[in-house]
Amino acid sequence: MAFLERGARSLLLSELLSGLALTLRYMFKRPVTVNYPFERGPLSTRFRGEHALRRYPNGEERCIACKLCEAICPALAITIEAEPREDGSRRTTRYDIDMTKCIYCGYCQEACPVDAIVEGPNFEFATETHEELLYDKEKLLANGDRWEAEIAKNLALDAPYR
Amino acid sequence: MASFWTGYGWPTVVTVGEVLAVVVPLLLAIAYLTYAERKVLAFSQLRKGPNVVGPFGLLQPFADGLKLLVKETVVPSEANRVVFIIAPLLTFTLSLVAWAVIPFNAGVVVANINVGVLYIFAISSLGVYGIILAGWASNSRYAFLGALRSAAQMVSYEVAIGFVLVTVLLCAGSLNLSEIVEAQRHIWFAVPLLPMFVIFFISGLAETNRAPFDLVEGESEIVAGYFVEYSAMAFALFYLGEYGNMILMSAMTSVLFLGGWLAPLGIVPFTWIPGPIWFALKIGFVLFCFLWVRATFPRFRYDQLMRLGWKVFLPFSLLWLVLTAGVLVAAGWLPVH
Repeated sequence: MAFLERGARSLLLSELLSGLALTLRYMFKRPVTVNYPFERGPLSTRFRGEHALRRYPNGEERCIACKLCEAICPALAITIEAEPREDGSRRTTRYDIDMTKCIYCGYCQEACPVDAIVEGPNFEFATETHEELLYDKEKLLANGDRWEAEIAKNLALDAPYR
Repeated sequence: MASFWTGYGWPTVVTVGEVLAVVVPLLLAIAYLTYAERKVLAFSQLRKGPNVVGPFGLLQPFADGLKLLVKETVVPSEANRVVFIIAPLLTFTLSLVAWAVIPFNAGVVVANINVGVLYIFAISSLGVYGIILAGWASNSRYAFLGALRSAAQMVSYEVAIGFVLVTVLLCAGSLNLSEIVEAQRHIWFAVPLLPMFVIFFISGLAETNRAPFDLVEGESEIVAGYFVEYSAMAFALFYLGEYGNMILMSAMTSVLFLGGWLAPLGIVPFTWIPGPIWFALKIGFVLFCFLWVRATFPRFRYDQLMRLGWKVFLPFSLLWLVLTAGVLVAAGWLPVH
């Protein structure tokens, strides 16, 4: 009897028809599309996007050239050179990140003792050339100035979990 | 001079006008079929589909067409140039030529010939040449594999389609497509010949290389099959030809099984709508089924495809043909002219 039942089912295409009914039902469901450039999905406070070098509220840069980020970077994307400034404080003379090497692991911001290097919420920094993605200190500080509000908010929101 | 005008000039003008009246709406329909396909697939996958170019993305087909038009046609250095160029032209032309015998309303047909079904069958068989030539001339493994698959597939399913056609011919008593439609005035052939209708529809999917029988293109196996080396307008011609064939197959399904331009019931609210609109609605419905099937089923394996064609459809349609003929003779329902 199983033979008859199986034969009838395949002859009447019942499985195919139930599959078609399923796709037809889905056609009338609401699309889940996020209309990207006009609408955006939510970002986590821990989102690891474009890097930025932050400053203290008085305008002094935070980075003290300890080179922990350079040391921990698994992709060897960070290059730092440093020497004492006129006032005797240790500061970087060069802070480069090769964004095409970076794997966005976030180790640099974890290693940083003064929250100087952070990965901000920005992910829309595509460029037309490779060279534009070789960030120097000037670019990173500019990023820090531009995204400071969002970065500070994310750090504050994430602080209870650290 | 006057006799030349009445003998040759005027008929030429009329014919060109008729051809344009068929081809221009057909090309528009093809353009919007690509749009409809993307929309149907999108909605069945909970997406929105094209919605940026124009309102609801309605200008998307023209944007795509313009893009293909201005791109460079790359001819591979190893390719056979002449055949490489001829193949897409052939595919596209053949998909248009078959429309000559499709009746849009009572008496509205470019060529009302008495061997309409035979003509369509012949033209759709020729369609495989465009694909084989393209696969051969590309001088590429993927293209050649796609062409071989296409040849075997189209030959297999044409046999089943042939038997289905003969069954319909027995019931209609004519090879003229207009008379086949008229023979369905009382009941559409889809009702008494439902199994044949299903076989015809599925074979139509295989004949037009549509999912789930799109092994010819098989993106995941042979890149894009026979047109992998084609670009720009040559590619667009293949695309137009393929979608033109889809619409043609839907039109054939409507004419043979769904009563062509006839209203579903010969009573007042239905007969107010003119025949060509009914015909377009039926074509649209069958096309929707094509897209719907694509949104639902995964691709067949090649041996399954061959098994279905030769071991299921062929014996089944042959059996049904004999049965139909027997019933017609026994009951005395054979159409007489």
